[in-house]
Amino acid sequence: MNALYALIMVLALVIIPLLGAGAAGWHVLFGVIVPYLAFIAFVLGFIYRVVLWGRSAVPFKIPTTAGQQQSFPWIRRSRIDNPSTRAGVVVRMILEVLLFRSLFRNARVRLFREGPQLSYGSSKFLWLGALAFHVSFFVILARHMRFFTEPVPVLFNWMETLDGIMQVGVPTLFATEIVILLALAYLLLRRLIDSKLRYISLPTDYFALFLLFAIVISGVLMRYFLRVDIVDIKTLSMGLIQLQPEVPDSVGVMFYTHLFLVCSLLVYFPWSKLMHLAGVFFSPTRNLPNDNRMRRHVNPWNYPVKVHTYEEWENEYRDKLKEAGIPVEKE
Amino acid sequence: MANPPSTDTVVKSIDYTMPRTDWMEDIPPQFIPNNYSNPAKPDQLEYFFGYKGAKEWLPTHEDWQLPENWQEIIYEGFRERLEKYRSLKVFMDICVRCGACADKCHYFIGSGDPKNMPVLRAELLRSIYRKDFTTVGRILGKLSGGRKLTKEVIKEWYMYFYQCTECRRCSLFCPYGIDTAEITMLARELLNLVGIQTDWIMAPVINSFNVGNHIGIPPHTFKDIVDFMVDDIEELTGKRIDPPINKKGAEILFIPPSGDYFADPGTYTFMGYLMLFHELGLDYTLSTYAAEGGNFGLFTSHEAMKRLNAKMYAEAQRLGVKWILGGECGHMWRVVNQYMDTLNGPADFLEVPRSPITGTVFQNASSTKMVHITEFTADLIRNNVLNLDPSRNDNKRVTYHDSCNPARAMGLFEEPRYVINNVCNHFYEMPEQTIRERTFCCGSGAGLNNDEFMEMRMRGGMPRANAVKQVHDQYDVNMLACICAIDRVVFPPLMDYWVPGVDVTGVHELVANALVMRGEKERETDLRGEPLPGKEG
Repeated sequence: MNALYALIMVLALVIIPLLGAGAAGWHVLFGVIVPYLAFIAFVLGFIYRVVLWGRSAVPFKIPTTAGQQQSFPWIRRSRIDNPSTRAGVVVRMILEVLLFRSLFRNARVRLFREGPQLSYGSSKFLWLGALAFHVSFFVILARHMRFFTEPVPVLFNWMETLDGIMQVGVPTLFATEIVILLALAYLLLRRLIDSKLRYISLPTDYFALFLLFAIVISGVLMRYFLRVDIVDIKTLSMGLIQLQPEVPDSVGVMFYTHLFLVCSLLVYFPWSKLMHLAGVFFSPTRNLPNDNRMRRHVNPWNYPVKVHTYEEWENEYRDKLKEAGIPVEKE
Repeated sequence: MANPPSTDTVVKSIDYTMPRTDWMEDIPPQFIPNNYSNPAKPDQLEYFFGYKGAKEWLPTHEDWQLPENWQEIIYEGFRERLEKYRSLKVFMDICVRCGACADKCHYFIGSGDPKNMPVLRAELLRSIYRKDFTTVGRILGKLSGGRKLTKEVIKEWYMYFYQCTECRRCSLFCPYGIDTAEITMLARELLNLVGIQTDWIMAPVINSFNVGNHIGIPPHTFKDIVDFMVDDIEELTGKRIDPPINKKGAEILFIPPSGDYFADPGTYTFMGYLMLFHELGLDYTLSTYAAEGGNFGLFTSHEAMKRLNAKMYAEAQRLGVKWILGGECGHMWRVVNQYMDTLNGPADFLEVPRSPITGTVFQNASSTKMVHITEFTADLIRNNVLNLDPSRNDNKRVTYHDSCNPARAMGLFEEPRYVINNVCNHFYEMPEQTIRERTFCCGSGAGLNNDEFMEMRMRGGMPRANAVKQVHDQYDVNMLACICAIDRVVFPPLMDYWVPGVDVTGVHELVANALVMRGEKERETDLRGEPLPGKEG
């Protein structure tokens, strides 16, 4: 049911440009105004969310320690999984953000009722699927930079050559397009098939996946099947970035659909779970060193509390203390 | 205490297939004996928190006697905590429900209850956050995963935030490090605000505050207990020792968890500390004011934690010691390592800890000035200052349980192992996925070690017990060592239930068994009075 809601929402987003840019021919709206507004919404929304996180205090240093602490020189410490230095934290964060270190630990539990016996099998598919999705998304995003640069920096050209290294088809098939479709299919299917995942999934979880699917599919259609004029598209994109928008006539409705879906993603992004992109950097169990006993962490709102002082306590127990021969402050 | 059902019944009841219904509609939860903790009494809440107007209630009642403006109180409390804790705000925002944490929780593994999946436990709170604190949630409501705060939600919170032991195992596997312990701690704070709390947590908190330890042992009785132990030690070793209590000017203040002087087998560990200190001629003191390392405040609220923890530094200052040594306790070390200095420091009246025996400076405790006893002892052994006879532990085939907090809030893995390997000849590790940072909770932490919760404790302890069973079957392991006083209280029934034939010990009980004291008589038995290997006849 949740998946269905999400699918309907994404289909609605597909229909809007088909009608608006296709049937009604509002090219300026869909080619210029919507992209500008979406971009502004993305930037402002993103900053707003990050600023909100930044405004919340970090009262305690609570890293999850995933390895040996620093104690003696003769005990090998885990510099990355239990960092006690800034540098260690930076490496930990890099591994977390680029290689999904924590997800790599994943293991699936199985209960054999005979025995009973619990076993923990390595389970790297989620890690692989997630990494495949994120890496191909990033490469695709970088490849698209050729639409916003003139001359195109050599880096983006290399990326494109590398991505098309299989040299299959005309135009050359990009590996990332296959990978991202497979990864998205995996991420979607596990939500639909695994009963635990189905139980925890919200409509928004499916919405993000369907929206990404729609973006990739519209892009693929445009590149391989409903050929669009790439020169015209570049005219449009360069115009947008140079703030001198110009709308060529022949870019075609599939392009507007693709663009509108990307705009939808931009607008949706800051208000959704997709903000994990920035949020992971703010996670206090990962971005703080385990040097608590070496360097005092200051809580900005630490306030005095009512305690039971020694004096009060001794007053209550003085006779008993003296009787038991335990030293007291006041005889 | 309601007896838990048989292990067979429990195992058969576990099913990891989820219902086909929507989780938001599966409320209220069913409170049945054995799956919840009894609520705190109104006078406890009024005494400690100054909470006015609390009334008697029971989880099985329809009406929980919430204050009239309870929604407003929760809302305000939530808003305040979102500003005070970036952790809460970020953890509310960034979960993608990838499900990596789902089968990492011992309560989920042992019960199959979907709301014990860490992701869903957090969603219980997150759904309210979305509805009340996010723009999208306000507009889209249920479509974006929001729901209204009703009295049923409060009941659900009570059920599931008191079925979480704050062990942080899920946070290890989360790609964003979302820490359910943090969420549970703050959810429990919110429940406090409307008078919902457990008796098993409030009673130790108040005892600890007033008397100085969880059980409420007054100072003169503490002295009696120590005297008893001194007699036992004399009988065992022929040596009379005299542990100092509240001694001004001692070099080191030693703070144990009270579980170690309250009940077996913790008491043997306590005797172990005393024997070791005597043998070293250590200039230390016990305290009857700061007689508790454990801190049930951690399971109540950050403020309660601070109020209880304050005694340690206060007593260290009053006695004029140079530094503090802490005993074998799990959650105590979460507080000491991650909170104490921030809450009650800076401890600039103390000195950087230095072992008076070996001269080793504990640089890793240079600010907090508190050292873990296994760090202290590992250093002693490394420097060869102890005369140890590990063969005295030869009748013990030992495995080691990494207690959650020293594991995932500290990273204390090698020190206790180093000690054990030097005092025992037969040590076997449990399966890799169940030890060190991946360790499984005892199932009774975070204030859930009460009798009325017994079935859930046995369920939650199943993954740990099952790992013990594997080394019991494979290597004949008969002794489970640990560095946590709650472990020592809750493992004996857990072992009896799942793995009969395995006993529980603290690391320093093993140390004391192996420790050859100067001028001692030939020992016939171990600390428990069991004959030593070769002396059975």
